[in-house]
Formats: sequence, C-alpha cells, structure tokens
Amino acid sequence: MIYADNAATTKLSEAALCTMTDLLREVWGNPSSLYTHGQEAKEVLEKAREEIAAVIGASPREITFTSGGSEADNQAIRSAAERGRIKGKKHIISTAFEHHAVLHTLEKLRKEGYEITLLDVHENGLVTPEEVGAAIREDTCLVTIMTANNEIGTIQPIREIGAVCRARGVLFHTDAVQAVGHIPLNVADDNIDLLSASAHKFHGPKGVGFLYARKGILLSNLIEGGAQERGKRAGTENVPGIGAMATALKEANANMAQNAAYLTKLRDRLIAGLKEIPHSALNGDEKRRLPGNVNFCFEGIEGESLLLLLDDKGIQASSGSACTSGSLDPSHVLLAIGRVHDVAHGSLRLSLGEDLSEEDIDYIIRSVKEVVTYLRGFSPIWRDLMSGKKEFIL
Amino acid sequence: MALYSEKVMDHFRNPRNVGVIEDANGIGEVGNAKCGDIMKMYLKIEDDIVKDVKFETFGCGSAIASSSMATELIKGQPLSEVRKLTNKAVAEALDGLPDYKMHCSVLAEEAIQSALADYEKRTGKHVE
Ligand SMILES: Cc1ncc(COP(=O)(O)O)c(C=O)c1O
Repeated sequence: MIYADNAATTKLSEAALCTMTDLLREVWGNPSSLYTHGQEAKEVLEKAREEIAAVIGASPREITFTSGGSEADNQAIRSAAERGRIKGKKHIISTAFEHHAVLHTLEKLRKEGYEITLLDVHENGLVTPEEVGAAIREDTCLVTIMTANNEIGTIQPIREIGAVCRARGVLFHTDAVQAVGHIPLNVADDNIDLLSASAHKFHGPKGVGFLYARKGILLSNLIEGGAQERGKRAGTENVPGIGAMATALKEANANMAQNAAYLTKLRDRLIAGLKEIPHSALNGDEKRRLPGNVNFCFEGIEGESLLLLLDDKGIQASSGSACTSGSLDPSHVLLAIGRVHDVAHGSLRLSLGEDLSEEDIDYIIRSVKEVVTYLRGFSPIWRDLMSGKKEFIL
Repeated sequence: MALYSEKVMDHFRNPRNVGVIEDANGIGEVGNAKCGDIMKMYLKIEDDIVKDVKFETFGCGSAIASSSMATELIKGQPLSEVRKLTNKAVAEALDGLPDYKMHCSVLAEEAIQSALADYEKRTGKHVE
C-alpha cells in the first residue's frame, strides 16, 4: 500500500506509540490529584508542555492543550474576538482558503456582528504582507492566516505578515496545523501571537493538539468546568495523548531538515512526472509549498472516480471534487485560487510521507497517467474538448 | 465500511456498454461540468427495441456505475419498458446508493429519457 494522504492524517510513530501505551498502562492517575500517582501524571503533562514549548520557541505557560487543531483554531479566534469586542474592535482579517475550523468560526462571528475581510490568495495560493497591511483598519482586532494550506500546501510569508501585524498593534493567529513538525517555526522570530497545532499531522495521536498564546493574551474558554489548563480549558487532561504528542513533535523536529530535503526531492519528481499529463495543472506555487504536497487538476475527469481507481492500485490519496466533500461544490481552496468548477472537480492531492521511495513515486506517476487516460477515454467532456466543441481550460 | 455496495464497485470497475454508437438514432446528454456529473447516452433503436446502447460519463464512481447499470436494464428491451425506467430501479439494481449519491441514479434516468425523447423527435414516433 502507498499511503499518500499525510495531509489528512499521519501514521502514529513507533516512539509516540510506545509513549502512549506506557502512559496508558503506567501513568493513569488524574493530574489534578495530589497523591503520588496523580502527581506523576501531572509531571508527564508539564514535561510535555516544556518540550513542545521548546520546539516552537515558546515558554511552557504559553501552551494550552486542546482536543486538536479545530479546537485550538476556535479558541484562538474566539479569544481574540472577545478581546477586540471589549475595545470596540470588531474587524477580523483572514483568507478565503483557510481550513473550515477557521472559516466557520469567522462565519459565526460575522453573524454575531463582526466584520470579516477575506483576502484573495491569488492564483499561486499566496497572500502578501502588503495586502495584509492594506486591509488592517483602526478597528481590526485579529489577523488569522494559515501557515501552510492543507490542500495545496502553499506556505505563507508568516514572519513578514506577523511583523506587519505587530507594527500595527493587531493580534496575529496562524493555523500551523499542516506546518508544525514539517517546516521550521519559531513563535518569537515569526512574530506569532497565537498558533494552532494538531498532533495527528506530525505522527502523533488523533484528538490532541495545542494552542500557543503569547504571554499576556487572555484566552476565552470554549469548555467550562474544572481548573485544568490554568482554568482555560476544562476537562481531565488526555495524558497519554499529550505525552505521545510531545514525543512525536520532538522526533519530527529532530528529523525535520532531513525529512524535508527527502520529501522535497520526492515531491519535485512527482510534480515533474504528473506535468507530463496533457491538460493538467499544478495547484499552488511550485516552490513555496510543503515538502510533501502535490496537488493537480486534470481536465475532463472527476476526482472521486480517480481516487477509487487509484485505491484499486493500492494508492491512497484525496481530491477536492464535490463528490468527495459530500457537498455540491468542489473544494473552496481550489475555487479560491481561481480554478473553475469544471476543473476543480478533477483534482488530486498526494501528500507524501518519508516511508515512500522513488520507486513508489514512479509507480504513482504511472498509475495516475493510466487512470486519467482511462477515465478520459469515456468522458463526454473530454470528447468535446478533443473535437474542439469545447475549449480547453488547462 | 465500504462507501459503495459490491454491485456499484463492480459496475464502476467494469462498466458495461461504454463508448459511442456512431449511427445512434437517439442521443441524450444531461448534467453539467459545474456540478461534476455529465452523462451521455447513445441508443440504437430498431423495431421499437433497444438494439444497442452505449454511454459516456464524466463523474464520480456512482455516476459511472449508475450509467452502466441503466444501460444494462434497457438493453434489448422494448421502448415501452425503457419509458418506465426510473432512478429507483437503477439504484435498486445496484443494491442501493448512499443517500447523497441518489442524484446519480436520477441523472441516469434522465439521460435515458432524454435519449428516448431525441429518438421520438428524430422519427416523429411516440412512445407510450
Ligand atoms: C489546516 C488545518 N487546520 C485545522 C485542522 C483540524 O485539525 P484537527 O483534525 O486536529 O481538529 C486541520 C486538519 O484537518 C488542518 O489541516
């Protein structure tokens, strides 16, 4: 099996699995209990907090554990919005291609009376710091822009965007779920006020993540209850998950340069191979993208049938077609970079992992070529394109 | 749990009656690229019977399977039977479709009925 859907989730690393099973078996006390067994769990929690903070250049008190990336996004945005409201600032800037955890939260805030500006991400899937600066107003309380896009992998100039926000006194949140553990990040150097991360995207377990909030930024609770996480996130902590997340992040961080170099080589080989397919196009900037991300549109075919046939060949990938999203519209990310519906339906995302070899990449290229040719062979759109009845878009 | 029934996967992997009939006397095309599904049906009708049928489809797995099954259901059938073909029959023959994919079977019904209407228009005949 060739697993090429690491943007959806990653396999738990052996080390993280070991940490997790050890903790489940041995350290099952409640971190809030004052007896030894509880305090052991508390120690695990605080050690994980220190280790995670160290990786991103934060201090431990700035890390709040959450149930994952979605919760961290929700809490970051809600907190900044609340701080803004108190000061009479109810304008938020973001982009059109954020993850739904961000977009749907913003949509709710819009209904609650906030004004939301969604910046254009252009054909290459990038925003510029200048555009962010131009959108900032007197009443802007937050800029939230993802570090790396989950579908097309483009990496934003967050350090520069952060600097613009800092200079204008506006909070900057970045959804770094796809970036943490994969590309270098440092909250101090990168001028980040709030950052969301999720363990299962860097070979940690699902259902656990963290929110970094710079010292002095008051968080609003999404979950009320006990005094866990300094009162900012109630609920008995997911000790094994949090411990395993720290193990996975340390490991990812230690191997980051090596992994990124290897994945970039595989990625570029795959991109070069798929470009040979006529009437296809790479989605997102070719170089400013995550090391393992490849995303293409193929004209004349539909993504779900492509995925099913690749699955038959042992290749697991994903698509932004409407049929795979369960809605009538194709991916909002592809629409945001200007792909029209007709071609957005024919998209394929391959997000690579370190376990793949160059032979695997060549097999993927061969298989995609084969399947695309096969599906085009009985596509009425392809017939119209080939006979000149319809004009090619790509 | 699999997304689709065995039957759907079989018709998706090995679609029956794929292609074009050059001398078709009834052609129907429905759907649009914007929505991500287009089906085109070619009928060769002789003596009020579907002598041959072929299809081309741009769409998801269930769209391809629905087209394939619809062609199987009408091949060799008298036109009066073709007229009665419903999306329900297509979906049932496929051992069911997920709720949000039922529109694929609707599209298959519409493609066949549209091809039949084209035949009526071309020949001036009326099928009951
Ligand atoms: C960019 C981005 N943000 C947020 C999330 C949500 O993370 P989680 O699944 O941990 O809630 C994901 C993952 O699906 C993501 O890719």
